[in-house]
Amino acid sequence: MLNYLWGLMIVIGIIYGALTGNMQAVGDGALASAKEAVSLCITMAGVMALWTGMMEIASRSGLIAQCTRMISPVMRWLFPNVPADHEAMGHMTANVIANVLGLGWAATPAGLKAMESLKKLEDERQRGNNESRRGIASNEMCTFLVLNISSLQLIPVNMIAYRSQYGSVAPTAIVGPAIAATAVSTLAAVLFCKVMERMFDMDRAKKSGLKN
Amino acid sequence: MKFIILTSSFIIPLMIFFIVVHGMLNKTKIYDAFADGAKDGIKTVAGIAPTLIGLMVAVEILRASGFLDFLGGKLSIVMGWIGFPSQLVPLTLVKMFSSSAATGLLLDVFKQYGTDSYTGLIASIMMSCTETIFYTMSVYFMAARVSKTRWTLAGALFSTLAGTAASVILAGMMR
Repeated sequence: MLNYLWGLMIVIGIIYGALTGNMQAVGDGALASAKEAVSLCITMAGVMALWTGMMEIASRSGLIAQCTRMISPVMRWLFPNVPADHEAMGHMTANVIANVLGLGWAATPAGLKAMESLKKLEDERQRGNNESRRGIASNEMCTFLVLNISSLQLIPVNMIAYRSQYGSVAPTAIVGPAIAATAVSTLAAVLFCKVMERMFDMDRAKKSGLKN
Repeated sequence: MKFIILTSSFIIPLMIFFIVVHGMLNKTKIYDAFADGAKDGIKTVAGIAPTLIGLMVAVEILRASGFLDFLGGKLSIVMGWIGFPSQLVPLTLVKMFSSSAATGLLLDVFKQYGTDSYTGLIASIMMSCTETIFYTMSVYFMAARVSKTRWTLAGALFSTLAGTAASVILAGMMR
């Protein structure tokens, strides 16, 4: 999926650029953005190290376990097949809390660690399974990502700052509507994921029924 | 509003403070733990760097070629029929690929139409309730070395659509 998407973006971009005479801009852009990506990684490495370092302290001092317990009813409902004491649960909890508070700098590192540990969990499940499911997203990975993309942030702090910078008479007027819209997009995401998980489970049950 | 901005400037230092003090009170070897965790974080970033370079190059090629603007122009005709302001179509589209490019477009909308106009309000709410789909997907899935993403894209698009529709309706109610 991502392979096709990536290829398509490049092919369309270059063909369209050739047709519209934007080739110079496309070439310059490609080189400049590669450079920009590396500087973004260097910036991110510092932030990431700071956060994962902090999270390691919080994990060893038992703080993460406490937070996980606090929102565990929600997380258990969203991810019923992740064992409560699995490290994936801790990382996902940290990611959700950071997202809700609008700490993008903390949400991404926690999210990446969560994906790594969800991968470990999936590998444990598939062990001894002859049928290779390597490289296929698990239900939890899909739900977790869709949830992340649906945006969980409560107060859009950046947006308030932009609005006041551009002369809004009421920069915070959008806070209420933004919370409502975020609730709608998150609710849509959760519903979608629950339906898809259900369909996938039914599909699998049917298949294994046929085999027997 | 001052309160919110003040709180947001406090939140990072307070969080670091809280974690460190909690660690000290529980007699954790905090500096050792920090170094171990940080090492892990650097490894993760090094792991996703190639994906990120690939993605940002592809997005920039698509953007610089003018294709996104072209698509936005075509889509806005269709979107106009269902009452979605056509001038916001490029912003909606770009937001799916790149957050920083979307911020640039958002500020253009603010400059051109004003922050408190109908268009400005929709843009403000919409940008607050959606995330960059392709960036998040490729970076997160790279960390898990996943290539078959199943229904993630469909779910992401569905949720973005729901959020966008809600933004239009809510902005309409604010007028």
